[in-house]
Amino acid sequence: MLKEKDKIFKNLYGFEDWKLEGAKKRGIWSNTKELIKMGSDKIVEEIKNSQLRGRGGAGFPAGLKWSFMPKDSGKDHYLVVNADESEPGTCKDREIMRNDPHLLLEGCLVAAFAMHAHTCYIYIRGEYYSESSNLQKAIDEAYANNLIGKNACGSGWDFDIYLHRGAGAYICGEETALLESLEGKKGQPRLKPPFPAGAGLYGCPTTVTNVETIAVSPTILRRGSKWFANLGSANNTGTKIFSISGHVNNPCNVEEEMGIPLKDLIEKHAGGVIGGWENLLAVIPGGASVPLLPKSICDTVKMDFDSLKEVQSGLGTAAVIVMNKSTDIVEAIARLSHFYKHESCGQCTPCREGTGWMYRMMEKMIHGNVKHKDIDKILDVTKQIEGHTICALGDAAAWPIQGLFRHFRPEIEKRIEERNRRVA
Amino acid sequence: MHHPGTNNKVYKKINDNFEWSSENFKKISEIIKKYPSNRIQSAVIPLLDLAQRQNNGWLSKNSMEKVAETLSMSYIRVLEVATFYSMFNLEPIGKNFVQICRTTPCWLRGSDKLSKVAQEVCETNIGETSDDEIFTVVEVECLGACCNAPMVQINDDYYEDLDEESFKKILQDLKDNKSIKVGSQIGRKSSQPERKFDA
Repeated sequence: MLKEKDKIFKNLYGFEDWKLEGAKKRGIWSNTKELIKMGSDKIVEEIKNSQLRGRGGAGFPAGLKWSFMPKDSGKDHYLVVNADESEPGTCKDREIMRNDPHLLLEGCLVAAFAMHAHTCYIYIRGEYYSESSNLQKAIDEAYANNLIGKNACGSGWDFDIYLHRGAGAYICGEETALLESLEGKKGQPRLKPPFPAGAGLYGCPTTVTNVETIAVSPTILRRGSKWFANLGSANNTGTKIFSISGHVNNPCNVEEEMGIPLKDLIEKHAGGVIGGWENLLAVIPGGASVPLLPKSICDTVKMDFDSLKEVQSGLGTAAVIVMNKSTDIVEAIARLSHFYKHESCGQCTPCREGTGWMYRMMEKMIHGNVKHKDIDKILDVTKQIEGHTICALGDAAAWPIQGLFRHFRPEIEKRIEERNRRVA
Repeated sequence: MHHPGTNNKVYKKINDNFEWSSENFKKISEIIKKYPSNRIQSAVIPLLDLAQRQNNGWLSKNSMEKVAETLSMSYIRVLEVATFYSMFNLEPIGKNFVQICRTTPCWLRGSDKLSKVAQEVCETNIGETSDDEIFTVVEVECLGACCNAPMVQINDDYYEDLDEESFKKILQDLKDNKSIKVGSQIGRKSSQPERKFDA
């Protein structure tokens, strides 16, 4: 288990004061000026050495991403923080923003300095109203104490942070859709290239990063990349906030070391599966977009990017959705299909038409109201959507269904046969 | 499933002229300052949000035209944004906008039961407004509070760790104009793991 002293998020549950005074007691803003004095190259180098991988779902190496920002483009540079947390199962950034907002703000300053940006926008999902009001108060406090603004922290770097509330669209968690939305348009993803590091917000070099990635970076710089890299395993380093929801006794957010066995995570932190471990049916290990895992895999699998990839799933946002044997697994996935149908932006045909078709098909499958050959047909359709859309929402809609049939095909075949008997 | 925010039609009824309140007018100049001076279109979502708040929770044609005028945008660009995002309601709603999360993590913990309770207590169907216009009840997709499932959003606030009983009480209290407790209904602090809290 992660030791108390290695925790980055010391106020994850909000037992202590979230305002500036409390934050300072936890060491936030203590020597930010010195961190900036390291210089941007050294900061990026340290983040690279820590092997921090993006916490928003894709797991792209953070240091590498930061290094894509040009050094002298002659344009304004932007840091955009992706706080549009909408992946079903995920509620970690929410806790950071309402219980430790200064951790995020300090990270914004350090990261923006490293990528030569004077301006940062935090794009928070519109439904997070009280979270955005905490964050805005923290921003006001930081301005009032010269921690950000002109000559931020006395470092000589001018830095502004603006909070921008979204208005309810899952797709705006996709980085280019988020930029479109921030520019005052509908949030439809852009074709890449050009990548945001070349032409992002207002056509200027931009980096879009998840809240958690930004929030951990000042601690990495303070305690050194070695400390961070020693937690977890190679290529899957550090700590991570896991959101455990569904059929567990105590659903919770918890910060743990990367690579913790899934079983330990559920039993030690979430009070175990309702009805005991033997009552477990399946787990979605990384937010709605990744394929589910049956109990046999859950027994041994470790929670990190590479281990979960090996079992044809993914760490995603590390949102663990637990389902015990009382679950109608087909309906659980059908609900996710409804989610993707609702959230498809409508730009690419395979996704716009496909998500609706898949949802209608999944609804029928709940009652076995399909033919045997329809199973292969829906799998074929998922393959035709996957990889044929501008953004990853198409993939995300396809994967849960593929995961369902990979592990629970006999269940659906059973339902078809039962229905056939009933009707006949 | 009907939801006033996923409606693509502008409400037929033309209401009275929409003018910014003086308070909101001041707020607008603050909001616009956040964005580069040649990029004030960025403020369209915050301004639509302001307009919606001023207009009892929904956007009339006049209010959207006002936003377009304020930001020197064409009306169709504003309408495009208003129809795209689910938080913008294009038809009138009740005093309490009850949004029940229906996505898998909440469903696993019984969001279906909450929908039933809401229909009973509010005396309306999902996607509709009650006759006394006190409630509009809708089912929505994931609201991002999955560790506190099942949960609902009523107007701006989240009500978490619900069961049928506590949800019934919340709705009944709203009906009776009593004040209600925001956040977790079982006395837990945000998403803490231990069950050692005072209920």
